[in-house]
Amino acid sequence: MSVYIIRRLLQAVLVVAAMSVLVFAGVFMIGDPADILISDDADQAERQRLIESLGLDLPVHMQYLRFLAKALQGDLGTSFVFNEPALLLILDRMPATLELAFSALLLAVVFGIPLGMWAGLKPDSLASKSIMAGSILGFSLPTFWVGIMIIMIFAVMLGWLPSGGRGTTRELFGIDVSFLTVDGLLHLVLPAVNLALLKISLAVRLTRAGTREVIHQDYVKFARAKGLHPRRIVLVHVLKNILIPVITVLGLEFGSLIAFSVVTETVFAWPGMGKLIIDSINQLDRPVVVAYLMITVCMFIVINLIVDLLYSLLDPRVRLQDVKG
Amino acid sequence: MASNTPTLLVEDLKTYFYTKAGVAKAVDGVSFSVAKGEVLGLVGESGSGKTVTGFSIIGLVDPPGKVAGGRILFNGEDITGASEERMRRLRGSRIAMIFQDPMMTLNPVLRIDTQMIEAVQAHDKVDRKTAFERSRDALGQVGIPSPEERLKAYPHQFSGGMRQRVAIAIALLHKPDLIIADEPTTALDVTIQGQILYEVQKLCRERGMSLIWITHDLAVVAGLADAICVMYAGRIVETGAIAQVIDQPLHPYTHGLIGSVPSHNRRGQPLAQIPGMAPSLLNMPQGCAFHPRCPRADAKCLEIPGVTTPRQPDHRVRCFHPHAGAAA
Repeated sequence: MSVYIIRRLLQAVLVVAAMSVLVFAGVFMIGDPADILISDDADQAERQRLIESLGLDLPVHMQYLRFLAKALQGDLGTSFVFNEPALLLILDRMPATLELAFSALLLAVVFGIPLGMWAGLKPDSLASKSIMAGSILGFSLPTFWVGIMIIMIFAVMLGWLPSGGRGTTRELFGIDVSFLTVDGLLHLVLPAVNLALLKISLAVRLTRAGTREVIHQDYVKFARAKGLHPRRIVLVHVLKNILIPVITVLGLEFGSLIAFSVVTETVFAWPGMGKLIIDSINQLDRPVVVAYLMITVCMFIVINLIVDLLYSLLDPRVRLQDVKG
Repeated sequence: MASNTPTLLVEDLKTYFYTKAGVAKAVDGVSFSVAKGEVLGLVGESGSGKTVTGFSIIGLVDPPGKVAGGRILFNGEDITGASEERMRRLRGSRIAMIFQDPMMTLNPVLRIDTQMIEAVQAHDKVDRKTAFERSRDALGQVGIPSPEERLKAYPHQFSGGMRQRVAIAIALLHKPDLIIADEPTTALDVTIQGQILYEVQKLCRERGMSLIWITHDLAVVAGLADAICVMYAGRIVETGAIAQVIDQPLHPYTHGLIGSVPSHNRRGQPLAQIPGMAPSLLNMPQGCAFHPRCPRADAKCLEIPGVTTPRQPDHRVRCFHPHAGAAA
């Protein structure tokens, strides 16, 4: 097992290195931050001084090597706009985004799996057909539009829930979180639902497909032939088998939840990383964009690793292969 | 319960599959009985309805299939229209089933002990420890070495033969009155096949359990069963004591089946075979379903033959032209 993890970590280092080149080159092509950062009435000398101080006069490969050298020491650069370390800036916003993403994931699991199982067990019932039709809507409606619509309905017309912001936060292990206060929880509901909608639909479809496949397996029939209660068959024999693909996919989708939160955070004025990155892109705040992308890459790698480890917990057949590998 | 009540009495059982392409009559008017302690061999080709007959008895026919008619009496109780809860209580405790493919029978993500303990606790209100001990003893009885350790293993850590033993141990947990074994040795090596056959036969004898052994392999049945039913296209075409049917088959189909078993006496000659293939259930020939392949068929065979007993009263056949003399 530990050999497996070490090998995975080595792979991860390679991926990060490759991504850093791509990200740096990509951001370099977006545009020259000097045009936006430096006011028009600055004279040529002032301009030159600033460009030199930001290191923008160097050729791109030198800039990259400088970035790399600093990055290895944990310094992903300083924001041009805020004049603060980019890493701190992002880490400061990260809890809000993670809270939103985890809430959405929780909703996807809590609603998606039971609804999907129902649709898989009783495929011909009206409820199942409604669930499946609903999941198509969840898939196809754009997140920003749904966000605006639910703000219209629940915040503006009905006035039940707040339309934006995090509300009152409380500190938990030194991090501000919303879900511990009633006000914060109310602020969390709409953005979390908005972000979760796509993932709920995905979980429904995955679970339904898995259920349809598993209930026709011999071992389910054998479980029935043993005289087991139908509830136990569904909750143990069927559920444990379909959880394997569902957990894998939802785990991998967690990364895209963080990525998609850019849209939701913008719509709901949720002060997370997504909003920061949009602002930074608009202002060509290159270090922040690079740092954000690098952090996202690392998060994806960690998520993948966790999913693989979870997978081996769920599927005993995988454990054996690890030992051999 | 009167001692002359058979463990199982099946009367005119009809199990139909209502598919989009039409009604497939997988089992069409099957009748037989299994006495206490008797071993019945249910023989037929793939698609002859033998497996569906087994699932009909235990009440596990999957939609679009449905028991459309007839009666199934288990220990004298009519279970044809029994509630799902009543069937659940019978399944695993009074009627057990062993499946064909041991690789697919056990749930891959649950440990053997989980799958055995739940089977014990489904019918008996005992604590985990007692259930564990019973599972361990049951594994020991079917010849699995160091059962206590093996209980902690997952199915993929067992070989096919061992998995089938586990399935048999599960079937035996509640000492059922009837075991339906659906080709349990087909997926196994010949050597393992022999062992499993021997074990099952021994355990059934010891406990006076009735056994329905579903197979396409006449050789297996010949050594195991007391009585035999030969199925063809959803109907029983011939039934009788094992010696009667094997030595003096009446139906041309049985005759052909026995003739196609390889034998030392006909070394070097091509293997005898029944021409043609089993009919599709959706497109059944008129009359006797076997007549297009039958060497003895004539115009009369376009009607469905009734059951007759041309030689002995308990040796029944459905044919207008049964073989009269000794086996050719």
